[in-house]
Amino acid sequence: MELYRLTISEIRNLLDRKEMSVPDIIGSVYQRIAAVENKVRAFVTITQDKAMEMAALAQKKADTSETPGMNPLLGIPLAIKDNMCTKGIRTTCSSKILSNFIPPYESTVTTRLIDQGYVLTGKTNMDEFAMGSSTENSGFHVTRNPWDLESIPGGSSGGSAAAVAADECIAALGSDTGGSIRQPASYCGVVGMKPTYGRVSRYGLVAFASSLDQIGPITKNVRDSAILLNIISGHDPLDSTSAHIPVPDFTAAIGRDIKGMRIGIPGEYFIKGMDKEVEESVKEAIKKLESLGAIPVEISLPHTGYAIATYYILATSEASSNLARYDGVKYGIRAEGRDLMDMYMETRSQGFGAEVKRRIMLGTYSLSSGYYEAYYRKAQQVRTLIKKDFEDAFKKADVIVTPTAPTAAFKIGEKTSDPLQMYLSDIFTISVNLAGVPAISVPCGFTSRNLPVGLQFIGKHFDEESVLRIAYAYEQSSDWHRRKPNL
Amino acid sequence: MKYEAVIGLEVHAQMLTDTKIFCGCSTKFGSEPNTQTCPVCIGMPGVLPVLNRKSLEFAVKTGIATNCTVSVYSRFARKNYFYPDLPKGYQISQYELPICEHGYLEIIVDGNTKKIGITRIHMEEDAGKNIHEGGGSFSFVDLNRAGVPLMEIVSEPEIRSPREAVEYMKKLRTILKYLGVCDGNMEQGSLRCDANVSVRPIGQKEFGTRAEVKNINSFKFVEKALDYEIKRQIKVLDDGGKVIQETRLWDSSRGITESMRGKEEAHDYRYFPDPDLVPIIVDQKWIDGIKTSLPELPDIKRERFVSEYGLPANDADFLVCDKPVADWFEGSVNLGGQPKNVANWMMGDLMKLLNEESRSIEDCPLKPGQLVEMLKLMDNGTISGKIAKTVFEEMYKTGKNAEVIVREKGLVQISDTGAIEQAVDDVIAKYPAEVERFKAGEEKLTGFFVGQVMKITKGKANPQIVNELLRKKLMQQP
Repeated sequence: MELYRLTISEIRNLLDRKEMSVPDIIGSVYQRIAAVENKVRAFVTITQDKAMEMAALAQKKADTSETPGMNPLLGIPLAIKDNMCTKGIRTTCSSKILSNFIPPYESTVTTRLIDQGYVLTGKTNMDEFAMGSSTENSGFHVTRNPWDLESIPGGSSGGSAAAVAADECIAALGSDTGGSIRQPASYCGVVGMKPTYGRVSRYGLVAFASSLDQIGPITKNVRDSAILLNIISGHDPLDSTSAHIPVPDFTAAIGRDIKGMRIGIPGEYFIKGMDKEVEESVKEAIKKLESLGAIPVEISLPHTGYAIATYYILATSEASSNLARYDGVKYGIRAEGRDLMDMYMETRSQGFGAEVKRRIMLGTYSLSSGYYEAYYRKAQQVRTLIKKDFEDAFKKADVIVTPTAPTAAFKIGEKTSDPLQMYLSDIFTISVNLAGVPAISVPCGFTSRNLPVGLQFIGKHFDEESVLRIAYAYEQSSDWHRRKPNL
Repeated sequence: MKYEAVIGLEVHAQMLTDTKIFCGCSTKFGSEPNTQTCPVCIGMPGVLPVLNRKSLEFAVKTGIATNCTVSVYSRFARKNYFYPDLPKGYQISQYELPICEHGYLEIIVDGNTKKIGITRIHMEEDAGKNIHEGGGSFSFVDLNRAGVPLMEIVSEPEIRSPREAVEYMKKLRTILKYLGVCDGNMEQGSLRCDANVSVRPIGQKEFGTRAEVKNINSFKFVEKALDYEIKRQIKVLDDGGKVIQETRLWDSSRGITESMRGKEEAHDYRYFPDPDLVPIIVDQKWIDGIKTSLPELPDIKRERFVSEYGLPANDADFLVCDKPVADWFEGSVNLGGQPKNVANWMMGDLMKLLNEESRSIEDCPLKPGQLVEMLKLMDNGTISGKIAKTVFEEMYKTGKNAEVIVREKGLVQISDTGAIEQAVDDVIAKYPAEVERFKAGEEKLTGFFVGQVMKITKGKANPQIVNELLRKKLMQQP
């Protein structure tokens, strides 16, 4: 049996029934990595030695545990996006400036995984500091889409999505600031969930845009998404922005029918210029949902047109400040300089890539005195309007359904020379971050080039349950998620 | 032309919390460099700040004590600039919505009471310290202080002289110390002061161009630095020049201010709300709870000392200036000490002894009860005022009680007229020439005779009896 193809819940069953051991599954995953990683290049750091240690520990825990069901992730090999700090394991954000950074602390999400007894397969590639939509902005290498090695896997969590799609791990964690979980999940044909802002602790997640960043699972199916979300959610005293809101059992939300559920379809999301095949797949999916008992309702999100501009002011403003700490003084790369100012400039010139520099400059400009009112403050006001759009829409609908991205994965190099074109690939995901609501992307079809298409479900604040419930119902009625790339 | 100064002060007060404002590291002063740090206060990637509740409480206390309005809704902002002692590349501070606003302090200058407005009080984190030593082409950075909670207390530009500025600083320090929110030590940097100074012709309404004077790190220098800066600006104007807007550094060794950077080089701090921290929402009940828990503040205490103990205003001023001094005073009075007597002893001998050793009253070896006991010995005539001074000093040095000292040293006052009479007779016999002069009308010689009697009795003779007997005996001389 190709163990690496299994899902979290399938492995859980086999492990709990003692039909296989943790080292069996870890061994299988590393065989798979050995076979396909040179094609996909999903990882920045492969942590095989560490994984063997963690696997031995997990097996010991499994052998002595009297209540195996207590730890759904015990012995499960997971990949972690390289912007979540892992104690003693290099954490680079795919940036040269952090290429030598080994955190002396563990992020809250990975701490919770460690408490479960998970096994870390490796740290995955990403756009530098999560800034990008294709993982081409990695300071190290380009990750390839397992469905077409000439195409990008999406981004910024491209490494995590590609690793899951290529079965180089059982599931992964990504982070989503403007679509960075959902868009690569959509491009790679896997399930990507961005929880409500505040649902999951950001402690130890290297910040890109603090008011938008959120960690979430990238998995092979919706059930696994719920399982992972159960573990990583909940208030964290180390993160003031993490919510004091009880965490339901998300796995209990799935499996219930969706009869009578109102699904909002925003006119603004079915626009000219959208790929025909994508549009068809999404419309097919909506029909399928209707046949399952969901009731489509037309809704409007009138400020959608301002989302990208708003996002690129707010996210870059926060980033310009968040990235100021990479100054060569305390950690990371330090370049030689004649004096302090020269050292700062050389370090940051050499350490950051072009897109990161572009965004730092944009953000610095937006916050500058004389421009703040026209840009940052105005963008905050528009953000409030976008949030209100969703509140109004959710008076009519229980969840909103949209395409995840306007196209399927594009070719490597196709959009690198045109940042604005690149930014448009996040047009359907960005508003969700601005509003802070939860959303998931699930596979809903393939293009004629055999590239996956993603369907996005958006929910109310802290209503991940409805999102998971409808995503699961749809997934169970289709078999898109069972298709595997030919590697 | 006659000018007047316009001064506004920005005071930074380090809060006396046990831990830093956004992490759990200790705030203790003087530890080995970088031993009181963690990923949060050294700005490692991915870490997040969490507000220390105590620092909020301290800021609110200070706001209430300085008649401010406490904001029910306030928030933190980031102040962005690059410097090696600022690990995140920004300082977490408050900008648009500070925790306290619209307060005032009352100061007394030349017997006149004046209100100085307080624009705002906000919370922020301190930076670390760059250390330049070893002579190499590099500096060291110590981040122990990074993240220590500060309050910035900003006054209105309503201060009109260096003396008013000093009084304002003193008053503010007294209040901070009363509240226990800051130790008020300017030399160690737990209280720091920057001043915005401008001058204008008397009668003119508009403010002149101001300079910001930084690095004023002792009370002595507040007056000196401002004095210097005001004179400098007046001279510039009198010479037909213009004051330029700039930041100037006070150099205490040379006693001058020097230009540090001009308006053009001023930082653009790119303030914006810190997305890592949620807005601070405090409920009125919590504020009211803090209000009722405040100690009696100096102004109220001073009035009470005047009305309740009948003290002169000057004495009360002195006593309430430092809360432990006021407590020592009231401790003595409560044990039966006559208020004015206690005040006199404290302001005179006690302060002199403490100052000689630079001791604070908190570690005064003398307890209020000991002073009261000594005062009783004076009242009942056991010791004279002169001897009391010796006894007091002895009590301070040895910690022994007055009675013990009086007994051991045999300092009991001689009130036995027989013994004193003998001494008086001896003196009169010894100085016939002086007696002649006295009789010829040179009355001031009384002091000389008293002195001689005291010398013989080793100061123990009751001065009143000596006086009486001397006068009587001298009159009797043929």
